[in-house]
Amino acid sequence: MSIFIDKETKVVVQGLTGEQGKFHALRNKDYGTKVVAGTRPGKGGELVEGIPIFNSVEEAIKETGANTAMTFVPPPFAKDAVLEAAYAGCELVVCITEGIPAKDEAEMYDLLKEKTSSRLLGPNCPGLISPGKSNVGIMPHEITLEGNVGVVSRSGTLTYQAVLELTNLKIGQSTCIGIGGDPVPGTSFIDVLDAFQNDDQTEAIVMIGEIGGSAEEEAADFIKKNVSKPVVSYIAGLTAPPGKKMGHAGAIVSGNKGTATAKIEALTEAGANVVKNPTRIGQAIKDIL
Amino acid sequence: MNLFEYQGKRLYKDFSIPAPKSIFLSNISELDENHELDYPVVVKSQVQVGGRGKAGGIKVANNYEELTKFSNEILGMDIKGHLVESLLIEEASTILEEYYISFTLDRSAKEYLMMLSAKGGMDIEEVAENNPEDLIKLYISPSKGLSSESIIKAIKDAKLNEDFIDELNDVISKLYSLFVDGDCDLVEVNPLAITDKGVSALDSKVSLDMNAIYRHDNFIEFETEIPIPASEQFAKEKNLNFIKLDGSVGIIGNGAGLVMSTLDVVSEHGGMAANFLDIGGGAKAETVTAALEVLESEDNVKSVLINIFGGITRCDLVANGIVEATKGKNLKWPIIVRLDGTNSNEGLSILKNNSNENITISSSMDEAAKLAVEGAS
Repeated sequence: MSIFIDKETKVVVQGLTGEQGKFHALRNKDYGTKVVAGTRPGKGGELVEGIPIFNSVEEAIKETGANTAMTFVPPPFAKDAVLEAAYAGCELVVCITEGIPAKDEAEMYDLLKEKTSSRLLGPNCPGLISPGKSNVGIMPHEITLEGNVGVVSRSGTLTYQAVLELTNLKIGQSTCIGIGGDPVPGTSFIDVLDAFQNDDQTEAIVMIGEIGGSAEEEAADFIKKNVSKPVVSYIAGLTAPPGKKMGHAGAIVSGNKGTATAKIEALTEAGANVVKNPTRIGQAIKDIL
Repeated sequence: MNLFEYQGKRLYKDFSIPAPKSIFLSNISELDENHELDYPVVVKSQVQVGGRGKAGGIKVANNYEELTKFSNEILGMDIKGHLVESLLIEEASTILEEYYISFTLDRSAKEYLMMLSAKGGMDIEEVAENNPEDLIKLYISPSKGLSSESIIKAIKDAKLNEDFIDELNDVISKLYSLFVDGDCDLVEVNPLAITDKGVSALDSKVSLDMNAIYRHDNFIEFETEIPIPASEQFAKEKNLNFIKLDGSVGIIGNGAGLVMSTLDVVSEHGGMAANFLDIGGGAKAETVTAALEVLESEDNVKSVLINIFGGITRCDLVANGIVEATKGKNLKWPIIVRLDGTNSNEGLSILKNNSNENITISSSMDEAAKLAVEGAS
């Protein structure tokens, strides 16, 4: 098994007619992902490299049986696109779009939770890949290898770095998943850790975080209580300059959380092996398995 | 983007939030005896740093003579490394009570958070720490919004003066509108005061969500008024996320996480980064060319590390950018390039076919960082 996607995942791409959407959808398709449809209002009936375009996600689902959406539409329209896909019945909506206003994200999250059972991954995320099965997103599949390590990260490019370190040591991955670094991610570290813990294929977990927010501290708490599989972690930003803070509301909300040191301490205390350099992730996993 | 007090107060006006009558001044020659304010007035330095009052950056003037004197003194003053380039001159208020209010997004709760306290005008973090019961926290569903009933309950829970309950309710609801409809990351008022003229927002700390710039014309105006170093200005125009640092290893990478991590690895090898520069996702050749241009104008750079892991970014386009920026040039410093991910083979062949003696290709992030640190020493 893998988490969230598998060989049967059927993808509808929102924004398939755009440059980025087309490039990555076709890469996903070449990899073996079932990219069954694209949407673009007003362009229904057209074909992009053999993939049928529909005016709406609802139509695409009806005609092709798509169950997952991948969203590339620009920020001003992204909220409506994600909601459209979820309301139409997609179980998973992977939103790649970067630069969506926080208010749109907060509203979108709230509505999805209240009105649907869909899972949103992202926004501003690289998507997810289950090597050998399916790639839904923009991760370079060349660096992946099918296997037993689950990888979860807030950062896109750092995810790739971690995956490469594993693959270089011939350690494969069950699913690699980027949750995105935006203020309101649809899927949290905890959601993914929970899924990896319950996934038969996954034997160990790599979790990559970065400074800011308190998602890593919350994940550490979850690991301590609920995760029995070994976790290797890396936190980026130990030497990053502190950001300019304004007002006191942020400080009151986050308390002492947010620094690399606080996150490393929390994860170490939860039993994770926290490495200080991302290039050591592979070796740390190798030592465990 | 953090706004100056006067900018936040301009937004107050747009949302009909009551604040003292004021004039704005960036040059002493703009001061006019026939201004429309009633004395006494408060001369407030416009700097983005706390403690400006204690540093002498806020003074009360009782007549034009004092106003001129204090304005002259405060303009150009250095407050904790911040140069005072403008003043906000406001009618002084007779304060009866001081409250604290803020709106922000609580990232863990994934809801908006309103905090309200009767203990305004002082260090609110101290109140939160020592008397948490005096700070009312109200979580707001982003899709449902803030109801009048919730505001009234919060006012009562926070023990604000109920004689002003309708006025407070109205002002709080307008502050919430500013926070949501104005796409603010933060709206904080300390103090929100009861004055002899009614409820008044005496200070403003407003931070804008720049992702929403496309739906607010005034964001661009505000942005142009906030001074930033020339190199950061150039980088911004080119859509690069650039922060100047003190070290000697110039860093260019894609994705904030990878760039931060590159800083960490450079530090582990005994070096120090000269900057943080994220070319973002999906960068084109000209983005990379611009990134190298930014570093060329930085004197502290002694070597450059380009660390790219392609996903949405294509390594072939990055390589084209590097070639474009360096072709036929006598480079000031060695460049270490590491390319992995989407189209990395194409990218590496482009670099090999256009070889430059100052450019070294490295196959791993760790080795690249090590070479860049050596190159800088």
